[in-house]
Amino acid sequence: MHAIITATDLVKQYPGVRAVDGINLAIPQGICFGLLGPNGAGKTTTIEMLEGIHQPTSGAVLYKGEPLGVRYREEVGIQFQHTALQDFLTVRETLKFFERLYAETLPIAEVIELCSLTDILDRDTRKLSGGQRQRLLLGLALINDPDLIFLDEPTTGLDPQARRNFWDLVKLVKSRNKTIVLTTHYMEEAYALCDEIAIMDKGRIVSQGTPEQLLKEHFGDVVLQIPGDDAGGKLMQMDIGAVPAGELFEIKTNRLHHTLQQLMDNGINLDRLRIRAWTLEDLFINVTGKEHKL
Amino acid sequence: MKKFLAVLHARNMEFLRDRSALVWNLAMPFMLVFGLAFTFSGGNKDIYKIGVVGSIEQLTQAAPKLPTTQHLQFIPYDDLDTAINKVKHHQMDMLIDVSSAPKYWVNTSSPNGYLLERIIWGVGADKFERQAVEGAEIRYVDWFLPGILGMNMMFACLFGVGFVIVRYRKNGFLKRLKATPLGAFQFLFAQLISRLLLVVVITTIVYVGCDFFIDFNMQGSYGTLLLVTTLGAMSLISIGLLVAAHTASEELAGGMLNIVTWPMMLLSGAWFSLEGAQPWVQNIAEIFPLTHMISATRSIMNEGATLAQVMPDVWVLSLTSAVFLAIGAFVFKWE
Repeated sequence: MHAIITATDLVKQYPGVRAVDGINLAIPQGICFGLLGPNGAGKTTTIEMLEGIHQPTSGAVLYKGEPLGVRYREEVGIQFQHTALQDFLTVRETLKFFERLYAETLPIAEVIELCSLTDILDRDTRKLSGGQRQRLLLGLALINDPDLIFLDEPTTGLDPQARRNFWDLVKLVKSRNKTIVLTTHYMEEAYALCDEIAIMDKGRIVSQGTPEQLLKEHFGDVVLQIPGDDAGGKLMQMDIGAVPAGELFEIKTNRLHHTLQQLMDNGINLDRLRIRAWTLEDLFINVTGKEHKL
Repeated sequence: MKKFLAVLHARNMEFLRDRSALVWNLAMPFMLVFGLAFTFSGGNKDIYKIGVVGSIEQLTQAAPKLPTTQHLQFIPYDDLDTAINKVKHHQMDMLIDVSSAPKYWVNTSSPNGYLLERIIWGVGADKFERQAVEGAEIRYVDWFLPGILGMNMMFACLFGVGFVIVRYRKNGFLKRLKATPLGAFQFLFAQLISRLLLVVVITTIVYVGCDFFIDFNMQGSYGTLLLVTTLGAMSLISIGLLVAAHTASEELAGGMLNIVTWPMMLLSGAWFSLEGAQPWVQNIAEIFPLTHMISATRSIMNEGATLAQVMPDVWVLSLTSAVFLAIGAFVFKWE
């Protein structure tokens, strides 16, 4: 698939810190690309270089094969993690204000409908709830009908319901063949929305691919979870690799049938056995070596 | 143009809907003009001002004791007509010309002139040729009004635009605008015009409101007065934009704005005339746009100066506006 935006040997050097250290990316048109990483990994610096907000120390970013310029500003939509709007304006006035900054735009009515803003059109933007505000910010990012949209931690601070509503919006936007670059702290969000993810650590991409590919690549096995109340003693005596995990014991195996047979042969009660699938959270910890914290 | 109008409209809405700021911007100059006009309307001058055409050496030769007489302030003048005008309007108590045969001018309706005439007769100037002039006194409030309105405009222009831009930068609004096709010059020019409209409208309201009660002396053209006021405001706003072009710290911006405003407040002639001040002080004062705005508006209001007569001030205000705005746009930082 043709890449809408590419980054080649992208480096950002601050005094004493190499925030981004030689990143290469090629993001195909029409996908949702997730950029994940622990705090300080360099993902915000990377995304802001891709957005054209900051200049790289070295390396190049190309949009549709061209350096970032006036055309890029017209065709890109950005939702920053932290942003303020002009005070004392309503939602409708804010949409109109941003509409007038672009040469070509979507009809405001379409943005209003797409982002479910009808009920709050005449509300002062300072009085919006977290979810309403994020919907408005997404509307502003979409107002110029961009081909490429950056969403920087768009659901941070939202309650679970508002977060899921926002995911529906993002899926709706994606269905219009828009390319989305998303950063998030929520692995569940990345799994639900992203077609491809890159995990960053210490300024570099340490793992990249579709979520399924990466899980398969990093975790060929499955995890069996067995309550430890009465089976704990037996499990620890067996040469089966059981490790305590709270009130459970976990056994990693890539030979599921063989392991289950061993357990039954040793009289372990499997009535409450659970098989846990690996998640992006596990992947994140595995490749960055860091506990994921919200 | 569409982008410029969008920013202009949004900023105007923000200001007009911020009721507390709007009320303060209107009330403050009213309070200042009324308060100070009535407090100082007596003009507590404890010395007599004498304009001198010619050198102090020539004055000493003509009347040796006169220059050493206490409580007399001698102010040198090069232009005789300007100095005579000052005597006519009671802005100076007497004028002495010692560049040729000694003469003095005194306003026949000025009590200070009457007393001063008797003083100089007693210190050897009784042989000077007497020239009488007539003219109504320019009240202190008439002299004072352009200064107080100018100073209020200075604060509204510099702090109004400076702090707003620093706030926009600090809260990330400018970063959001940077992600759009809006250019720095378009943004800054819209801020300038928005603030200019507000300042000119508010100053006009204050002027008309105060005039209703105090009945200001207005000798010149309102058109010329509006032009000078507008250019003065543009120049001051451009300084505010320049100060705010780079910093994201309200503390630093406040400090920088204070550094700019305090010398202007003290040396631009808003509170007192610099006619008797040291030449180097007067030279510094000439740098400030506020000095030119106040000087020109005073000349228009009190002396009926025409556009041609205040053209040097108009040029200074126009050029400083263009230069400060251009530098501000060049060094402007969105973040």
